[in-house]
Amino acid sequence: MSSPPLRPARMWPADVARVAGYGLRSRPLRVVLSALGIAIGIAAMVGVVGLSASSAQQIERRLSAFGTNLLTVSPGPAVGDAPVHLPDTAIGMIDAIPGVESVSAVGRTEARVYRNDHIPSRQTGGIVVYAARTDLPAVIRSRMAAGAWLTAATENFPAVVLGSAAASELAVVEAGAGSLVWLGGRWFTVVGILAANDLIADFDYGAFVGWPAARAELAFDGHPTTIYTRAAESAVRTVQPLLGATANPEDPGAVDVSRPSDALAAKQETEKTLRALLLGLGAVALLVGGVGVANTMVISVLERRSEIGLRRSLGATRGQIRLQFLAEALLLSLLGGAGGVVLGIGITAIFAATQDWPAVVPAWAMAGGVGATLVIGGLAGFYPAVRAARMAPTEALLAP
Amino acid sequence: MSEPIVHLAGVSKRYGAVPALQSADLRIERGELLAVVGPSGSGKSTLLNIMGTLDRPSSGTLRVDGYDVAELGDRELSALRARTIGFVFQQFHLAAGVPALDIVADGLLYGGRPRADRRREAERALCRVGLGHRLRHRPHQLSGGEQQRVAVARAVLGDPPLLMADEPTGNLDSASGAAVLDLLRELHRGGTTVVVITHDRDLAAALPREVRLKDGKIAEEVRR
Repeated sequence: MSSPPLRPARMWPADVARVAGYGLRSRPLRVVLSALGIAIGIAAMVGVVGLSASSAQQIERRLSAFGTNLLTVSPGPAVGDAPVHLPDTAIGMIDAIPGVESVSAVGRTEARVYRNDHIPSRQTGGIVVYAARTDLPAVIRSRMAAGAWLTAATENFPAVVLGSAAASELAVVEAGAGSLVWLGGRWFTVVGILAANDLIADFDYGAFVGWPAARAELAFDGHPTTIYTRAAESAVRTVQPLLGATANPEDPGAVDVSRPSDALAAKQETEKTLRALLLGLGAVALLVGGVGVANTMVISVLERRSEIGLRRSLGATRGQIRLQFLAEALLLSLLGGAGGVVLGIGITAIFAATQDWPAVVPAWAMAGGVGATLVIGGLAGFYPAVRAARMAPTEALLAP
Repeated sequence: MSEPIVHLAGVSKRYGAVPALQSADLRIERGELLAVVGPSGSGKSTLLNIMGTLDRPSSGTLRVDGYDVAELGDRELSALRARTIGFVFQQFHLAAGVPALDIVADGLLYGGRPRADRRREAERALCRVGLGHRLRHRPHQLSGGEQQRVAVARAVLGDPPLLMADEPTGNLDSASGAAVLDLLRELHRGGTTVVVITHDRDLAAALPREVRLKDGKIAEEVRR
């Protein structure tokens, strides 16, 4: 009599998952602890990527708010006793360059500003008083936090606009007839307060008076010290090299031309380097988590010898036992990975909220996090699973 | 005449140099109810493991349900166990915290049947062993006798033709033990071949056939 060939039945995927789930559910504390190890590693990595993406997004936003087409022209470092300023004609010359959209300027004065006339003269608080043209905010794209910028009328009077930090230094909270500061030895009315400017941070500590008022009241010489110019986006590269010679044809080398948005872009590059370092730290944490999973699985296999024996007696093949423990390790680290991704998103969201950043976690970071846990789980579960499968059924059943 | 369900011819098993079973010849026909009895160390556990294909003979021929075990690989042996042999152990081996219905349904886990099928069969099997009212109970909520009946229900799920019971009453009081034994008799009446491995002579004497082991050898056989 010949018998039909014997072939083990394939396990349904849902059954593999359910058996793995039962295995984990019977040891909840150990599962939570070893999943936590994975979760911390993944959370660190997702958090690092999320924070650097959020910060990059923030820089991106600032760049688009303030534009990358702003160029500044200022005198180079002083040589000997030569006065440090630009020729008066520079503004008009620059305005004539093709591709230049708008030009404005400030002139630094020697005047000091105080909260009132009783403050000792040394306590300037680092505030610099500038003579400013009425078209300056349009060029640097500054917004007002309160009041208004200097106008054709107020630029002739003792009126001042304060940068955001200067305003809080001088304890000025509102603009208007009642707000006075002691500037250059007389009272000036604060007519406006600027919102913070990320591109030209110096202006946060500035006090701005009209060009004519500065000449009349503050002994200002009328020479611009920094010229701000907007070039058409497409013309930035051609305008930039022309600015030095145009501003000071006699001595183009004595002029510094810069593009403030370059500093922000450089900051972005620095953060990328830092991110690589932090990602490395996260990877180490993840590796430690993986060792924890491997340890849990090895102990689990030893403790569950009788279960393995029973399953073999019910007809499980070696492969099915191996699959069961591998699936359990994968499920365990997947739990940790999913928890870690959620945790990482939470960290990013909270930190971004405190920094007033947009919270961004790239999809590749989330997918990568889960993918990394699967790899870790597979590696950590492989040896214990093979060990479980190798166990002889009789030996396994002997266990208490 | 049909082929015997289990057929040992000159089967020996050694662990290292220690002989646990020496040239055993045994023929178990389909539908038999028999006891393998002997003191501890007599080789009855070895015989159970070999007949249940959990272990392989060192020499000799073993045929189970017509298959020559020596010709089968691990995967085929597993399939043979899944299809042909049910086991009941002295220690029950029930997973803690799992409802009786799911424990019993696992008896067919490796048989390739869908889960709904397995649970339906499990419910029938539990009713058959008199535990229809305990489907959702977990092992710690059941008495020892009830736990062993759950294990029996799992072993007979899918109606394997051969049931191996290793000291099935060893951990039970006499009343629960008698109930489990009645259950095995009933399964036997239903056509299942039942092999009870025990050291309990009274229990063995109550069954129609008795195979007595001593020092790794089949010492005598009694038929009633």
